[in-house]
This record gives sequence, C-alpha cells and structure tokens, in this order.
Amino acid sequence: MTAALSALVRRDVRIALRVGGGALIGVLFFLTVVVLMPFAVGPDLALLSRLGPAILWLGALLASLLTLDRLFMADHEDGSLDLITMSRTPLELACAAKALAHWLAAGLPLIVATPVLGLLLNLDMVATGAVALTLLAGTPALTFTGMIGAALAVTLHRGGLLMAVLVLPLSIPVLIFGVAASQAVIVGPMTFGAPFSILCALSLVSLVIGPFAAAASLRHGLD
Amino acid sequence: MTLIDLANPTRFLALTARVLPWLAAATVLLLAIGLYQAALAPDDYQQGATVKIMFIHVPNAWLSMFVWGVMSIASLGTLVWRHPLADVAAKAAAPIGAAFTFLALLTGSLWGRPMWGTYWEWDARLTSVLILFLMYLGLMALWRAVDDPSRAARAAAVLTLVGALNLPIIKFSVDWWNTLHQPASVMRMGGSALDKSFLIPLLVMAIAFTLLFVTLHLAAMRNEILRRRVRSLQMMQASRVAFSNEMGAGARGQNASKEIGAAG
Repeated sequence: MTAALSALVRRDVRIALRVGGGALIGVLFFLTVVVLMPFAVGPDLALLSRLGPAILWLGALLASLLTLDRLFMADHEDGSLDLITMSRTPLELACAAKALAHWLAAGLPLIVATPVLGLLLNLDMVATGAVALTLLAGTPALTFTGMIGAALAVTLHRGGLLMAVLVLPLSIPVLIFGVAASQAVIVGPMTFGAPFSILCALSLVSLVIGPFAAAASLRHGLD
Repeated sequence: MTLIDLANPTRFLALTARVLPWLAAATVLLLAIGLYQAALAPDDYQQGATVKIMFIHVPNAWLSMFVWGVMSIASLGTLVWRHPLADVAAKAAAPIGAAFTFLALLTGSLWGRPMWGTYWEWDARLTSVLILFLMYLGLMALWRAVDDPSRAARAAAVLTLVGALNLPIIKFSVDWWNTLHQPASVMRMGGSALDKSFLIPLLVMAIAFTLLFVTLHLAAMRNEILRRRVRSLQMMQASRVAFSNEMGAGARGQNASKEIGAAG
C-alpha cells in the first residue's frame, strides 16, 4: 500500500512539473499578484512593508486556489480517477497522497519564491523568514481544505468560481493566523508562538478532515 | 410514528397538510403576543426605543445558526441513513437560513447606526455572521449549479458537514483576530443580566421565530417534493414524446401523443 501511495505521489509530482509549465505558473501568478499591489496602493515603501505579510499571504492563497481545481479534473478526464477509486488502497489515503503531491509541486515553490518577493515589498530578513515559515506551516491547510472543493468540483462538473466561493470562507482561519503570526514578528506586541501553534493545529486538523471529506464526496458523487 | 415512517413522501405530504395550519396559527399567535409585549417593554435608559430592535434581531441571529444545525442533521440523514426526505429538508432549509442570517445582519446594522454611529463595524460577531451568510449563499449556489437533485444533495451534504465543523473554528479565529486588531470599542449588552421585562418578550419572540422556521421549512419541503414530482412527470412525458416520434408516423404514435396532450 505504501508503494502504491508513493507511486501516486511521484506520478502526480512528475505530471505537475512536466505538463504545461507546471509549478512555475503558480509562482508566476504569485509574482504578478505581488507586483500588482504597488500599483493599487502606491509605491510607498513604508506602507508596503506594513502590508507585506498580508499581500504575500493573499497572493499565496489565490495562487494555491487557482491551481487546485485541476487536482482531480485531469485524472477524471483520462479515467485514472476511476482506477484510483476502485483500487484496493483506501480512497482517503489516495486523496491525501494526491494533495501531498499537489502541495509539493505547487505549494513549495511559492514558499521558495517568498524571499525574492519579500525584497520587492521592502521586508527585512526576519520578516521575510517569518512569512516564509508561516506559509510553510499554513499552505498545507489551504491545499487540504481546497481539496474538498476540488472533489466537489469534479463530481459536479463545475469548477472555477463556484469552487472559489465554496472554499475561500473555509480558509479564513488560516489567513487570520498566518498573517497574525507574521505580524507578531514584525510589529506585534504578541509572541510568535501562540498564533503559529494554532496555524500548525489548523494544518493538522485539515490534514484529517480534508481527505475524508474529499473521499466522501468522490465516492458519493462519481457514477 | 418514527422518522422512518416519514420516508414515504405521500405520507409526509398528508401529515404536514394536517399539521401546517395549526403550526401557522400558533406562529401568528405567538408572534402577536411577542410583538405586543415587545412594544410594551420599557425603553432602555441608554439606548432609548432602539433597544426594541433586539426583539427581532436576536431571534434572527439565533435561527441563523440553528438552521445550519438542522441542515447538518439532514446532511447526516442523506449520507449515512439515506433518508429519502433528508436532502429535501436540507435543500428547503438553505434559503430560509440565508434569509434569517440576512435579516440578522440587516437589523444589526440598523441597530448599529444610532448606537455605534456606523452601519458596519468589523466586530467579531458581525464578521462571523457575515461569513456564515457567505457560506449559505455558496451552498445555495451549489444546489443550483447541478440539475440532478440527488447528485447535488450529496455534494451539498459534504459541504454542509465540513461547514459545521469549520464554523466554530471560524468563529474562534474571528474572535482572536478582532481582539488582536481592535480592543473592544463596541458597547456590550448586559448579557445574562438582562432585565425580566426584556427577557420574557425575547423568549416569546425566540419561540415564535422557531415556530415560524418550522412552518416555513415544512411548507418549503412540500413545495420541493411537488416540484420534483412535476419534474419527473415532465421527464416521463418528454421521453414518451421522444419515443412516439421514433415510432414514426404510425397511428399508435399519434394516439400516444394525443393521450399525453390530454393528460398535460
């Protein structure tokens, strides 16, 4: 079973990296969102460094959301999703493996790109490190809750806006604690530890809920 | 009479047809009593007459959460017990819950204008109710996105249960976010120290609104069942017409389409 799951992860990562620009598209989108911000709020470096963590978090949230609706769609189109559903590996674990692969291919590059984007937003070393660390802890939660939306989208043959409308309210807690932890390092009177531990807790909770809900919706929805 | 007896839609329709008038009468009676008592309740020494908005606002806010609870139980019914009426109940409840949530927001903002000097404040409670409203709208969009009701039902059930797990988390994080960003600048109500002259009308109104929800929900469920029957009749008719067309210009086909025309 471990072999099947690791094969699934390897396959998904490989497809994500090789087909259609793969991970770079997400990073490019992230970069574009961050570059758009100064045009909206003005080239004021002090203001940008104050808004920096929020901009980076919003960019990462949107970038990971936009790549998500392909999570099951491509597999559904070529029929491999049916094989995964019928195989002896529990569907919950297969979903978790797919989400992990998606995070490795689309989430991790965003975190790697964060220091460069932090330079554009006038964030210092410590602040950039804090944002990257909170993204590292928080983006799994985004992927695993977003997976529920992706599973719903594939069973309903609807993607795009509907999925975003369903998933975005669920990601509010992650956004709150991610930005709170980063701000705590930069300005806040609070300690970094408290919001960061809650952020990790949110990731762990979504690690449990996400695969079960996605598997339930795939199992009930595909026919 | 157990829950499983209601699995037959015809029996459900017959039962609700008998119960609904009584429920509606009880709702009207309690609403009248509650509104009368609310009108007689004394003005608040600080807030004046605007405190009477509370008698509408609080029951709406309470029902906005209660309806999500009802939908979660119905979703369990859809996914676990496969109760045939569970998805009808879940679908019928969503717009009613959204309406109660919207009314809670609206009355809250009308109350906030004279009290806080602004229609909208990014207060923790307001924000979480707004997110709840967004989730109701998303759920309704999901129901409308798919034309096959049973398929939409299972997707909506998964989303409702995920929402039920997430709502406390969202509530908690919004509270945290609020204390982080703005120290309590908002005036707080007395909470449990509410005077008896306010508490009794409030309780009556809460019961009246709950009855109002039950009445509206049962009526909406009846409509949904009838709508599905109409839909399946239309499908049958369409397939019969298609079938008779396939048979060509034979006399049997013409007779069949005449029959259908008479039936329609």
